[in-house]
Amino acid sequence: MNQIEHYLIKQISIFSENRPGRLAAIAQAMQEERINILAFSIAEADGFGVVRALVDHSERAYHKLTDMGFMVSFTDVIAVRMRDEPGGLYEIARILGDANINIEYAYAYTGKDAAVLILRVNNARDAIATLLKRNVTLMESSFFK
Amino acid sequence: MKCWDPRIEEIPKEELHRLQYRLLKTLVYKLYSLSDFYHRRMKEAGVHPDDIRTLEDVQKLPFMYKSDLRDHYPDRLFTVPQEELVRYHVSSGTTGKPTVVGYTQRDIENWTNSLARALVSCGLGRGDVIQVSYGYGLFTGGLGLHYGAERIGATVIPTSTGNTERQIELMMDLKATAIACTPSYLLHIGEVAEKMGVSIKNDTRLRAAILGAEPWSERMRNRIQEWLGVKAYDIYGTSELYGPLFTECHEQQGIHIWGDLALVEIIDPETNAPLPAGERGELTMTVLQKEALPIVRFRIGDITTMRDDVCACGRTHPRITRIEGRVDDMLIIRGINVFPSQIEHTLMGIPEVGREFQIVVDRKAELDSLLVRVELTHEAFSDRIKDLMNIRKKVAERLQSALLVNAEVELVEPGTLPRFEGKAKRVVDRRKL
Amino acid sequence: MFWNRKMETLKGDELTRLQLKRLSWTIAQASKVPFYRKRLNNAGITPSDVRSIDDIGKLPFTVKGDLREGYPFGFFSVPLNRVIRIHTTSGTTGKPTVVGYTRRDLENWSELIARNMTMIGLKEGDVFQNMVNYGLFTGGLGFHYGAEKIGLTVIPSATGNTKRQIEMINDFGVTSIHCTPSYALHIAEVAEEIGVELPTLKFGIFGAEAWSEAMRRELERRLKLTAFDSYGLSEMYGPGVAFECPEGDGLHIWHDMYLVEIIDPATGERLGEGESGEMVITPLVKEAMPLIRYRTGDITKLMADGCACGRGQKIGRITGRSDDMLVIRGINVFPSQIEHVLRSLPEVGEQFMVYIDRIKYLDEMTIEVEMKKEYFHGELEDLSKIQHRITDALKDVLGLRTNVRLVEPGSLPRFEGKARRVIDRRESKL
Repeated sequence: MNQIEHYLIKQISIFSENRPGRLAAIAQAMQEERINILAFSIAEADGFGVVRALVDHSERAYHKLTDMGFMVSFTDVIAVRMRDEPGGLYEIARILGDANINIEYAYAYTGKDAAVLILRVNNARDAIATLLKRNVTLMESSFFK
Repeated sequence: MKCWDPRIEEIPKEELHRLQYRLLKTLVYKLYSLSDFYHRRMKEAGVHPDDIRTLEDVQKLPFMYKSDLRDHYPDRLFTVPQEELVRYHVSSGTTGKPTVVGYTQRDIENWTNSLARALVSCGLGRGDVIQVSYGYGLFTGGLGLHYGAERIGATVIPTSTGNTERQIELMMDLKATAIACTPSYLLHIGEVAEKMGVSIKNDTRLRAAILGAEPWSERMRNRIQEWLGVKAYDIYGTSELYGPLFTECHEQQGIHIWGDLALVEIIDPETNAPLPAGERGELTMTVLQKEALPIVRFRIGDITTMRDDVCACGRTHPRITRIEGRVDDMLIIRGINVFPSQIEHTLMGIPEVGREFQIVVDRKAELDSLLVRVELTHEAFSDRIKDLMNIRKKVAERLQSALLVNAEVELVEPGTLPRFEGKAKRVVDRRKL
Repeated sequence: MFWNRKMETLKGDELTRLQLKRLSWTIAQASKVPFYRKRLNNAGITPSDVRSIDDIGKLPFTVKGDLREGYPFGFFSVPLNRVIRIHTTSGTTGKPTVVGYTRRDLENWSELIARNMTMIGLKEGDVFQNMVNYGLFTGGLGFHYGAEKIGLTVIPSATGNTKRQIEMINDFGVTSIHCTPSYALHIAEVAEEIGVELPTLKFGIFGAEAWSEAMRRELERRLKLTAFDSYGLSEMYGPGVAFECPEGDGLHIWHDMYLVEIIDPATGERLGEGESGEMVITPLVKEAMPLIRYRTGDITKLMADGCACGRGQKIGRITGRSDDMLVIRGINVFPSQIEHVLRSLPEVGEQFMVYIDRIKYLDEMTIEVEMKKEYFHGELEDLSKIQHRITDALKDVLGLRTNVRLVEPGSLPRFEGKARRVIDRRESKL
């Protein structure tokens, strides 16, 4: 496998109506399957939303949620380890901007040792190559399993 | 002016019946020889024009249904060559194909005269400024009222639909004395006017409203009259019968059906038996002088009651009471007829959505709203909000194009819409009239 | 073919005599309007002072802004109970321009349309699909009445729903259409996309926006019809004022009903035959709302007389505007109207930019506005609500759907001196 492929991370996305209890239903399913959610975001539109998450057992989560009737899909994202200090985000965003790579959406979490930025870009492979060339640390997909 | 045409409007009843009989007999002879459709139907029913010997003999003739119009799309029921047509109107049909109505010059004349009589019976005439806020174009409401109002010499403002604030400004600035629109739209105008700090009652010259194209109630009438300070008149007609055609007079005791233009029957929708005056049933009409698209015993699907006594205004023609409902599942949304079958038909042509759907009709700020809830298919689901918004937009556009009415579309999670065994109840109508 | 051979071919002294007679009637009619009475008094002119057509040069011009002063009925010369129709057209700011018609006005107007349609070869038996807005816009009802007068079968299809329009053309065997030239190209495009031919079409009447000879060739090739240019403006009734005959090369303007002058828009001086300038029209039969020397804002020229069809002197096709009016999908828009709307909305700042593009043959107007910071609460839905509010407010005043884009405060260009807020990116405006 090409080295770049190691950095493509499978995010699961779930279609959800904008009404009380939907997120609880998803979270409960994850708990029942003992699946850990490592990163998570909700995008809202009027009337519905998309829940996006990185989980430790994405295939199992996919099957569980699909069986429950949810609409689920996989999307390739990349996870960038940022310096957890002023200018950390700027550095990443500038590198991608200079390379003319568009960030479609992003979310982030701050862990014990670093901040992690999860990115959905228009061309993930180019983004990985560009970031590696500039010595940015990317998380491998195995990290989330 | 009391009557537009007193000679006919106040004709003694017996004379009216003789006139109707003569017109009916002429019509039946004409159709038997000119129209393949009516010839075949009459043969099948075992009736010959010679069998029509009294006005009541109309009951021997076969019924005609909306499906007959659909099955003969677009013009195979017409009895005049196209050169003689001066107009087509098109309304939505029960499934994909619309209903087409053709008009000769004389048809337009009759239609216009019918409305001229009606508008004058509501106390309107020269010097009145009438704002026509029904849709113009393929819909019959706009052009129909326009021609009628122009005939009586009123000043017509052809505002058509939409742009409510502008409608209110024009109503004030141009000193409109009457408006023709759907009753819910007039209530909406009232609400928007209040938000603009305008009282229709005190700040405008509006004194009459000609309201129809959708069901309404006495409760709504009282509210409109008290709140907006106008006399509210019910108007009735469907595109198959030319368009909007008949109204109440200033007595507001039922809609006058001009007997020289139309013969009314009330039919029991279950048994197809004619019902006497005073009993509730399905409105069935024969249009007596229609040239391009003859209409005989047409089952309109509207439920009403007929009364045949002479009105206090002196007009002798029969009256029908306010429409009380439908015999089928047709919905009327902002004056436009919508069949659930059209929605189903449209959704079936869109691969991104599943087969289940639900229709929710409601009235918000006095305007009808149509919500169609659909399930996405698994293949169509995308992680991108933009893609989902595009699917929703596509469904809304297809529905708008098929129904000619705006539908809000909601994407719901798969499996959440009710499933039906047997007859589906997909329509939830939350409107309170 | 002629609808009214005598009037359509009237020339020389006979025409001049008729024009003069009608001109003095018009001046008398106009003097019932306080605005004109004052003007004529100030200029010291009575109807009897107009002894030759050229004397009209003594009278002052009327401009669109004057009509605003008279809103709503200030320019009517008859009592309201003789006015049987009102149309409105876009004004230069918030309020529209109101136009009234007596029964005779409606007859004159239908007569004009009947002449035009007969001139190009339409007659009873032809099926005519009228694909322009009905209602307050004059294009729909104007053509509807004229077509009905000559006995065509009219489909009042109005605008929108292109697939359905195409379906009707085929289902009804439509021989003639009326719409904006850009909408006609859109029809051609959609028909090609869905693989439908339109074999019954023969005549295309295109107006409400200026268009070029290149566009004519494209329309005729793709729709396989003959295209005719139609000119008019609501202040002069509506469409039907001037029209191409089958000979092409300019539009016949109906001299028995309109007195035409071409002037230098800067100096107001009258220009000669063949010279391009702004067209000024004095209608000669308008009853409810007479106008004197009305500046149309349209740039054209008077052509050499002598059309092979036998009708009178033509004007050239419109080549532009003398003011900043824009024509978007056949609708007239003044940048001042946009400014007026935006100023009334508290959520947006004072700066704006207007971009006009032609996408798939249809005009699209994009308006960029800066949102005020205090109205942003962090919700996506808030942004889309504000966007809708602006779009709706613009639609209410302009009668046009626009794309509104919210941009970051401070990002729009600031102008010192004359602002250039409109960028027309349509490849050829004509």
